[in-house]
Amino acid sequence: MKTYTYTEKKDTRSGFGAGLAELGRTNPNVVALCADLIGSLKMDKFIEENPERFFQIGIAEANMMGIAAGLTIGGKIPFTGTFANFSTGRVYDQIRQSIAYSGKNVKICASHAGLTLGEDGATHQILEDIGLMKMLPGMVVINPCDYNQTKAATLAIAEHSGPVYLRFGRPSVPIFTPENQKFEIGKAIKMTEGTDVTIVATGHLVWEALEASKSLYEQGISAEVINIHTIKPLDEEAILNSVAKTGCIVTAEEHNHLGGLGESVSRVLALNSPVPQEFVATNDTFGESGTPAQLMEKYGLNSVAIIKKAKTAIARK
Amino acid sequence: MPNTQNLKDLTIQVRRDILRMVHKVNSGHPGGSLGCAEFFVALYNEIMDRHEGFDMDGIGEDLFFLSNGHISPVYYSVLARSGYFPVEELNTFRLINSRLQGHPTTHEGLPGIRIASGSLGQGMSVAIGAAQAKKLNNDNHLVYSLHGDGELQEGQNWEAIMYASAKKIDNLISTVDLNGKQIDGATDDVLAMGDLKAKFEAFDWTVVEIKDGNNIDAILKGMAEAKSLTGQGKPVCVLLETMMGNGVDFMMHTHAWHGKAPNDEQLASALNQNPETLGDY
Repeated sequence: MKTYTYTEKKDTRSGFGAGLAELGRTNPNVVALCADLIGSLKMDKFIEENPERFFQIGIAEANMMGIAAGLTIGGKIPFTGTFANFSTGRVYDQIRQSIAYSGKNVKICASHAGLTLGEDGATHQILEDIGLMKMLPGMVVINPCDYNQTKAATLAIAEHSGPVYLRFGRPSVPIFTPENQKFEIGKAIKMTEGTDVTIVATGHLVWEALEASKSLYEQGISAEVINIHTIKPLDEEAILNSVAKTGCIVTAEEHNHLGGLGESVSRVLALNSPVPQEFVATNDTFGESGTPAQLMEKYGLNSVAIIKKAKTAIARK
Repeated sequence: MPNTQNLKDLTIQVRRDILRMVHKVNSGHPGGSLGCAEFFVALYNEIMDRHEGFDMDGIGEDLFFLSNGHISPVYYSVLARSGYFPVEELNTFRLINSRLQGHPTTHEGLPGIRIASGSLGQGMSVAIGAAQAKKLNNDNHLVYSLHGDGELQEGQNWEAIMYASAKKIDNLISTVDLNGKQIDGATDDVLAMGDLKAKFEAFDWTVVEIKDGNNIDAILKGMAEAKSLTGQGKPVCVLLETMMGNGVDFMMHTHAWHGKAPNDEQLASALNQNPETLGDY
């Protein structure tokens, strides 16, 4: 079995910051907007190198989304930066009308997604954002798994014409994908080959899925781990090819089971190839304060939870 | 002052378009549309520097954003009569498979429209973004926007108003249609907004008042003044006092025609008051 190790941990938001800085040097049309969270979003480098292409909006996310939509008229490629909660739920109608329905080339870049924001608690820990964004017609939804992939995704979305929601997080997590792996929107990455169960994971849960697969392997269970960095459009072929082999699936995400990756996968299976599916996701609940590791454990979003669900899925075959 | 008789003739024709469009589908918003007919006619024919044809980026020309998208009938009529699309297409207003949706949208590719609007309060932010893109592109053309007075009850406007002055967006002329009415009644009764001139000035905008916003000459004079005040470090607000339902006696002095279409008899009466000038679509 292919195994993954890491030598360094970094936050995915720093991958965004590095990608944005690179875009600042390579794409003169890229502009950035922030609603008073420059440091949290790691936008400093872009701002330092391109002050004229940065717009500090202040604590006014609705205005930020509208200004971003307007900046596209004139050929700019705006990247907005704030927390995931304030990037989606707070400004849903602005995104819906001025960006998605209007077909504007805005990149909504959201940090501190999910429970791993930690101590700030449920007011800031959105677990509904993937659902909100994937329901908007034409919106691409991406949730990369580590620093390298987040950087690559940031570069890739600048090349995509149309609205994109890019979701990443606050904590330091292992870097385990190659530094210069090409990021293809909508193209899943098979991390391990397996025959007993498919584990489809997104974001921070990809590493947990790999940890789970190691442990399962030691227990004689062969798990195929797929890194679904793009939730919409979903790589249906990768999912169906894998379950054709394994006959069951676990989906894993730092999000509510309602509206998340798991439901998107369920639809693909229902239409094509119904097999047992188990969900590693929050169970229709808000989060709370705590350390990221404590929260992921309490809400069942770690490798231990994935192992348990994998065994359940296999038993249901 | 130029001879404005042709603009006055066009205004009457635009009124007829508005009335016939909403009558045909028995829906839409004639009141605010009629109130802004002179403004749109003046804007598209005299005030804005526009290119022939349409491209989304609009580099090298003035841009206009309609924030209170429900007055789409006047927008569509003036766009059609300014050459953006055939006037016959006004026949399809609010019909299925039409580019002339109930509220304006880019989604169906109608030339002249650069943003969807209808959900209120979003247009000023978009106009600011477009104005900032113009500055980045070293394009010294202007961005215009129009907002309802009731629409200013939406909080996003005040985020935008605060931002525009703080960031010196001085290539923006935002006009507020002060007709004093909204769906549920007089703005003063629904949610009084007090002295809007004082409010904009307190937010450090330059304010131009057009007291007779249904008079072409007054609009041209006021908008010329507004233009002359751009480029001085401050955004410009035009407070345009209009009469909802202007030009149709029974639609004036009431909020009843905000979102109601005339019946056959009412249409005949309204059209009689506005005899055909340039030809119906």
